[in-house]
Amino acid sequence: MTLGGWIVMALSVGGMTGLLAWCIYKVVSIPGATEHLHSQADIETPDIECD
Amino acid sequence: MSQATPGKEAWASRIGVILAVTGSAVGLGNFLRFPGLAAQYGGGAFMIPYAVAFVLLGLPIAWVEWSIGRYGGARGYNSSPGIYRTIWKTRAAPYFGVLSMVIPVMIYMYYVYVEAWCLAYAMRYLFGAMDFEHAADYEEFFGAFVGAGGHGDAVMIPGEGLLGSAVFFLVVCFVVNFVLIYRGLTRGIEWFCRWAMPALIVCALVILVRVLTLGTPDPAAPEQSVLNGLGYMWNPGANEVGLLGALRNPEIWMAAAGQIFFSLSVGFGIIITYSSYLHRDDDIALSSVTASAGNGFCEVALGGLITIPAAFVFLGFAFVQDPPGTFGMGFVALPNVFGEMPAGRWFGFLFFFLLFLAAVTSSLSMLQPAIALLEEGLGLGRKASVALLGFITAVGAAFVVFFSEGFVALDTIDFWIGTFCIYVLATFQVILFGWILGGDRGFDELRRGAEIRIPAIFKYVIKYVAPVYLLTIIGFWLYSELLTVPEDPEETTRLQQIVQSGEVQLSLILILMVGTLFTLLIAQSVKRWRAAERAQVEVIP
Repeated sequence: MTLGGWIVMALSVGGMTGLLAWCIYKVVSIPGATEHLHSQADIETPDIECD
Repeated sequence: MSQATPGKEAWASRIGVILAVTGSAVGLGNFLRFPGLAAQYGGGAFMIPYAVAFVLLGLPIAWVEWSIGRYGGARGYNSSPGIYRTIWKTRAAPYFGVLSMVIPVMIYMYYVYVEAWCLAYAMRYLFGAMDFEHAADYEEFFGAFVGAGGHGDAVMIPGEGLLGSAVFFLVVCFVVNFVLIYRGLTRGIEWFCRWAMPALIVCALVILVRVLTLGTPDPAAPEQSVLNGLGYMWNPGANEVGLLGALRNPEIWMAAAGQIFFSLSVGFGIIITYSSYLHRDDDIALSSVTASAGNGFCEVALGGLITIPAAFVFLGFAFVQDPPGTFGMGFVALPNVFGEMPAGRWFGFLFFFLLFLAAVTSSLSMLQPAIALLEEGLGLGRKASVALLGFITAVGAAFVVFFSEGFVALDTIDFWIGTFCIYVLATFQVILFGWILGGDRGFDELRRGAEIRIPAIFKYVIKYVAPVYLLTIIGFWLYSELLTVPEDPEETTRLQQIVQSGEVQLSLILILMVGTLFTLLIAQSVKRWRAAERAQVEVIP
């Protein structure tokens, strides 16, 4: 493992972890944010109910 | 039972939302496809185009897809051909939607097969049938199990019965997926993301600790150490062509962007369909960044630190440089790690079973874009749409299973659909958003209801940088494919493979057939939409 390898690893892993931590901080710190956040997992398609 | 205070409920709700959003995109792409591609393209060298593509393409195009979808949904369309038509009022616009139908449907054809491998490995661990003595035995077993040695081999049931039959597990996966979709039981996905996804991450963290403490398990091969394995994954220029040699190959840039798109489900047409069901003022900015960050964390911090170093330690440099197919590395490397862990059998079961569940959640969403078109454009019911798609994907999956020698069908479809077509669709969508919907209008749509303020610079990234980036890479790739003569006579370019390999030609014919079918379905849908619009004009003169 070269110095370049350590730098690439630290930047890649640190960057992704930092971005995730920032997102979690935003979700918990913005009042009411959870009510407006969505993912594919929680979006219900209306055709399931009416078929 | 103690009464939960409102504060505790709020925290539980927030954590639930975080887990649901971050876990929604996690699947086979993170733990299996990413390490396979990173290894193929030189480990650390791959991370440079990967990081650039994440910032300049992944995040912006995720925002583009969520915005376009919500915009079209507000105008009454849920399928991407209909949505493209509302934004770009030309006859050609809906036909770009062929890509957003073909991509998820054809990825499903091989994704469900890899999903079946996960289930098979989980069951084999559960019943104690994964206890091999040497690292090479795992490689040999995997090759025989998936039929990598010859076409049709995977169809044969070996001596150990159903537990050794990849086709049996494929049928089980197919039935599970279609029962869930047919009966509309997709609410379980949210439950999975909230509870099983954290379990998968905890399991991966335990495996990571074991990988990082492996040291040099084989004293006869001192070069096969964890540190050297990490070096292969992260050193820029770890393979024989070096950093600049690797970066000069346009395919590495295309593969890195393709991996970002694949794992974030961007450029598939899936997000467009799902976001079309959102309310006008729902957040899409923070939602998509959180999903991308959760996905990136699982991919880089877990997938990147586990699979390649483990493969290097147990199987050596030659194996890592030429892994068995894009998805195969994890199935050969990880069982070696479980073999070195206390309670490894149970960790093996848990990891592959949770990965199987994560894959099910992803594969269910792959069929929704085509279901939306069949319902909206042809007036079919959900169950009829699911039955039709079941037939199409079963034929495709059978093709992938049969042409298994050297993973030729899987890898050909994965490159042309899972990298090339996704790339083309992403290019179309970013141009649609930046130039046809208009940068200002598009950005206003993105910012409506946003819980974070997206820097204005991304308006210019979407309008100028992303299209130029995508078109440049695709141009260089085509140039190198047409004009490069490989130094090694055994190596062939993607275009040469089309000329030389009958199996590659058949795979492309399958892609063209599915594309033609969806073109006809879109043509029929457009007729219905026009008829409905004419009728509306006549009623309201």
